[in-house]
Amino acid sequence: MRTRYSEDEVAVRDAFLDFFANECPTSTVRAAAEGSGFDPALWSSLAAMGAPGMALPESLGGAGAALTDLAVVADVAGAHLAPVPLIEHAVTARALTRAGGHDDLVAELAEGSTLATLALRPPTGDTARLVPAGAVADVLLHHCDGVTSISRGNAPSAKLPNTADLPLAHRVISDPTAIDLDADGWNRTVDEWRALTAVAYVGLAKRAIEIGVAYTKERIQFGVLIGTFQALQHGFADAATSVEGAHLLAQRAVWALETNQPGASRLAGMALLFAAESARFAADRSVQYHGGYGFSEEYDIQLYHRHATAWILQLGDPAAEYARLADAEFGPVKGAA
Amino acid sequence: MDFSFPPEVEAFRTEVKAFLAENFDESMLDVTHDGTMHVPELHAALAAEGWLAGPVPKELGGGGRTALESIVLNEEMQLARAPIDAMGVTVITAAILMEHGSDHLKETVVPALLNGEALTSFGYTEPESGSDVAAATTKAVKDGDEWVINGAKMWTTMAHIADYVILLTRTDPDVPKHKGLTFFLVPFDSPGIEIQPVPTMATERSNATFYDDVRLSDDWRVGEVNGGWAVMKTALKYERGVAGGQFMSPPVIDAGIDWATNHERADGTRPIDDPAVRERLIRAQIDVEVCRGFAYHCADLANEGAMFGVEGSMTKLFASETFKRHCREIHDMMGAEGLVTLESPEAHRGGLIEEALRHSPVTAIYGGTSEINRNMVAEGFLGLPRAR
Repeated sequence: MRTRYSEDEVAVRDAFLDFFANECPTSTVRAAAEGSGFDPALWSSLAAMGAPGMALPESLGGAGAALTDLAVVADVAGAHLAPVPLIEHAVTARALTRAGGHDDLVAELAEGSTLATLALRPPTGDTARLVPAGAVADVLLHHCDGVTSISRGNAPSAKLPNTADLPLAHRVISDPTAIDLDADGWNRTVDEWRALTAVAYVGLAKRAIEIGVAYTKERIQFGVLIGTFQALQHGFADAATSVEGAHLLAQRAVWALETNQPGASRLAGMALLFAAESARFAADRSVQYHGGYGFSEEYDIQLYHRHATAWILQLGDPAAEYARLADAEFGPVKGAA
Repeated sequence: MDFSFPPEVEAFRTEVKAFLAENFDESMLDVTHDGTMHVPELHAALAAEGWLAGPVPKELGGGGRTALESIVLNEEMQLARAPIDAMGVTVITAAILMEHGSDHLKETVVPALLNGEALTSFGYTEPESGSDVAAATTKAVKDGDEWVINGAKMWTTMAHIADYVILLTRTDPDVPKHKGLTFFLVPFDSPGIEIQPVPTMATERSNATFYDDVRLSDDWRVGEVNGGWAVMKTALKYERGVAGGQFMSPPVIDAGIDWATNHERADGTRPIDDPAVRERLIRAQIDVEVCRGFAYHCADLANEGAMFGVEGSMTKLFASETFKRHCREIHDMMGAEGLVTLESPEAHRGGLIEEALRHSPVTAIYGGTSEINRNMVAEGFLGLPRAR
């Protein structure tokens, strides 16, 4: 039992904290938002740090690290709203690794020279709608009716303007190649996305609270720092408690996936829902306690609010995720089709 | 990160499950409906296993169980609905006495506590000092070789069946409030003590206790004179390690799932097929997993010898506030049927859900209110300025 980072994990975190602090200030997030929602220079630097191939086998050019190590990076990337599809890329590369027979492609993905993503929802006809990183990825993994396929060669299409300026785009699938990944293998891939996105949400949420707390320790109203008001303190305390709980749940979900615990999939689904809700609550409190400035584009906290809203919706309506967990827990709804 | 338990702790969990299967079933809870929250046969069986002394260090005469083993015992008991209150009070009092008590107390009272023969209750809170516990005014004055105690305590739960109360008193009114406190262990058969029942909105009964010229020899003092706050810290250290209440919800949720699956509404549908009910139940199960994370985190910190404070506050805050919500939502799901109380044979599962609903508010009050815990998180975790 070790519910805190190990020394190695702390070292990884500190290295990436330095990296993102230097390479990804919020001006980078804002600049990416003006374009595709992706920062190629940041991706190259991240690739030079070895992040894209971190949790891929050494034999395929990866670093052979565990999913729990990748989660340490996902947390820090989330805290910085990094405009790079690290999670989508990594879980897609891991899916191709498990399928086997794509060594050359996986090696490209490990070094980050090729960018991969996945359609979290099944394509409609020949089109996958609103694909995460769909505006920038070279390779698309998708799943329909028990068959998992990759598509290469189709050029990325234009980003659709969206809530958090994410690189979301529709992708027309013209050249699918089936890979050896069944429905369970696909579910495992989406569960890895769920758990790592939960961790990223925790990073986002912790940073949103830090920004809000810092503001209330500077802002004076009625002649006193507003951070002394218990109404604000208790809102922050509820948010921080929820986020700490989300952190422990998300990390446990990643660990459970890494070590193939029974119930890992359940935990991954739960972690995403809880982390998303915690992050949205944290961002809401922080915007609220900024007063009018929180609503202005100039202040960074609004970025956190918009990203907190958006990330989970790439997968779908959270209500459908609760329903999915309920089906697994209680069986399907009686009388439902 | 590693959320697995070492093999010896997993083995202990198996042992605890077997123990509970043999020594506890829900029918034993009938005796707790007068509000004592104490099942004597279970308490005796726990003592026989040596588990009452479990979390107390071996060098202090305890069982030397690790914090991980303690949380496993705590978790399994709560999942089985076995009351943990008497165990918690016993362990905490024994630990206080072994760290701070006189030889007299260590030799006479501690063995009786650990073998299950004696029970204690907490005497911290007063009519005029609840959350502000250090403002206690119950007076202890030295008179020759004896101490004379006068005052009143609230929420001395289990006092009417207990042998002792661990009493927080004021021994110096002229210094800052934390510096003039002294603890005593007071036998309830001392002349001058009156115990009055305090009925509650739930099924449990608590007590108010009154101390009128109660005379004690110095052997009954616990810790230094005016050193009561250090003793309080010991109490809190063990309370966070062994007492808890992180797993109050699962029995209520399970009973709710049972209801939702096996009952029909007037229109012939089952609640379990209602998407709104399903989402609520899944949300409750998610909260339980969050509580589990908090519980294991606190145990891990304690196991590594790290003193924790704010983590305990977060755990208590989250577990009690979500427990209240779970009780409310699951009780609502039963509609009018949920209103039937345990006195009626028609009550679902012995009235478990209704009883939990009425009990739930106190969980966010006792042992540190949610508001106090939010203050702790705001100041201790977020570094916000002290607001009071």
